[in-house]
Amino acid sequence: MIGRRSTILDQVDRMLFPLIVAVAIYVTFRGHNAPGGGFAGGLITGAAFVLRFLSGGALRVRRSVVTHPTTLIGIGLFVAVATAVSPLFVGDALLESTIWIPDVPLVGEVKLVSSTFFDIGVYLLVVGVILTVIVALGADPLHAELMGDGSEEVEP
Amino acid sequence: MNALLGLPLALPLLGAALTIVFRSSSVQRAISFVSLLGALGASIGVLVHLAIEDDIVVSRLGGWPAAVSITLVGDRLSALMLVIAGALLVIVLAFAIGQRAADERSPFYHPAYLVLAAGIGQAFLSGDLFNLFVAFELLLMASYVLLTLEGTDAQVRSGTTYVVLNVVESMVLLTAVGLVFAATGTVSMAELPERLAELPDGVQTGLHLLLLVAFGIKAAVFPLFFWLPDAYPTAPSSVTAVFAGLLTKVGIYCMIRVETLLFPGQGSTLLLWIAGLTMLIGVFGAVSHVEMKRILSFHIVSQIGYMVMGIGIGTELALAATVFYLVHHIPVKASLFLVQGLVERETGSTALDDVGGLARRSGPLAVLFLVPALSLAGLPPFSGFLAKFGLARAGFDAGQHVVVVAALLASLFTLVSMTKIWMAMFWGDPYPDVAEGRVGVLRHHPLMSSTTALVIVGTVAVALVAGPLFDYCTGAAAQLIDPGIYRAAVLGS
Repeated sequence: MIGRRSTILDQVDRMLFPLIVAVAIYVTFRGHNAPGGGFAGGLITGAAFVLRFLSGGALRVRRSVVTHPTTLIGIGLFVAVATAVSPLFVGDALLESTIWIPDVPLVGEVKLVSSTFFDIGVYLLVVGVILTVIVALGADPLHAELMGDGSEEVEP
Repeated sequence: MNALLGLPLALPLLGAALTIVFRSSSVQRAISFVSLLGALGASIGVLVHLAIEDDIVVSRLGGWPAAVSITLVGDRLSALMLVIAGALLVIVLAFAIGQRAADERSPFYHPAYLVLAAGIGQAFLSGDLFNLFVAFELLLMASYVLLTLEGTDAQVRSGTTYVVLNVVESMVLLTAVGLVFAATGTVSMAELPERLAELPDGVQTGLHLLLLVAFGIKAAVFPLFFWLPDAYPTAPSSVTAVFAGLLTKVGIYCMIRVETLLFPGQGSTLLLWIAGLTMLIGVFGAVSHVEMKRILSFHIVSQIGYMVMGIGIGTELALAATVFYLVHHIPVKASLFLVQGLVERETGSTALDDVGGLARRSGPLAVLFLVPALSLAGLPPFSGFLAKFGLARAGFDAGQHVVVVAALLASLFTLVSMTKIWMAMFWGDPYPDVAEGRVGVLRHHPLMSSTTALVIVGTVAVALVAGPLFDYCTGAAAQLIDPGIYRAAVLGS
């Protein structure tokens, strides 16, 4: 964390964070037929975490995610590649997308596309990469426990 | 069959994802083996199909039509390369586990190794220049990690050179791909031959040279080889074995594609000059050094010259001999680095002055070194003799006497430098005195020694099945020499 903690920035982060993530998820899902997608969505979410990093430092970023950031990369990569490989089991080409259009009562026709999972995978991967970068490069020397070397935290 | 084609790329990536999530080393090892063996199995399936059918397997990603899809193309050359690379990756992984080096225990070794495998697989399968670039990025990123995983001073220093140089290489390659697209409107290797031929000569030469520089850095040909003998010796021997066996060969593979498919027969004089100089300068470097890993690293450069020579001659026989040379070279080179790892474990050093009399200390270890060393120098009855004989024969047939003489001279010096290692390290009285706890590396590290032996058996097997293998290589060369076959298979016309 750089400099003294700012209450205004803290409050702004608190309000904006869910909003930015909501926009990111919207961008991710509209990406099927319009500009957007998992990569763009992941970057927007990353921006939310960068804001959190600016207001609260790497430690607060690290505390606001449940898993280890690299695990998120692994899960994202797995979801993306598994989506790419799965069509092979039904005799389609690698990365081929299947489209279902079920008729949901009250809502009408909903278009579901299997490549959405690919986008979700990319989204998780990108978020994981950004979190890893923030935690690794942005780590405050005072919060050395982030890097896992066991040294004690020093009060600023 | 088409479904199998994606697996050498997808399975290692899937494995990489799982090894990132699961950090326990036994789980990581199991995942790595399963995914690499799966990729190897798929490659063997494709190879067997191509050996029987003599066609080209094409897989269009996403099921899109030929003109707009990303295509994976498996012809005889790429299938052969995939199988050899896959087998080597599995065996060296076992060696690395047996070696118990610090880097294999890092949680990032297995993910990086698997991503490297995926990148190599994609490079051999790419049907267009842009995906070739992506494949290069994939395998380069992984190689940065593997090269510097231990984080020693020497690794960081030479890793910096390696990273900077490869970033430059990527930039040159990306520029070349962009310019090719600007000039022709396509990056598909099936459509390019026709469109490139319509361009003015100057534009063709410019694009050709840019691609050659990019792949030349990767393949470490003269004068772009300087990074290799600097970077490779700092990594642990299992990593160096994979890099030496496969990474420069990816560059050679791309050069073959450029010279046969995109610009057939246009660069032969230039390539022959490069080949002669690469062979000689590389081997002189090897003769002048006194540390086993550095000598072997310079030999990589020198050996690359032989393959470039085959590409430069460019006849069907020469290309067949080049492909055969690739098949012979990958296991031989890798096994020499594995033996180097064994020697290092046995004696604690690989400097020629520090070690002596290994033959008396461990006879089998001496045999393990001698077989690939003689094969590398090209003595009969080993695979190296057959590979060099094929190239020399092709050279004489094409009337390229000068480069053949250079090649034979380089062979002689290869023998000299191998004799140098032999005399200094294996002959004479054991030296230094047997240190506590270091005796009998072969007995104490059965996994390391058996995997090394397995690779060496592979090199001998190349010589034993040379007849059918050369027939297959001739088939591969026949597919290479006629771009029309590739075009028809990919575009489906």
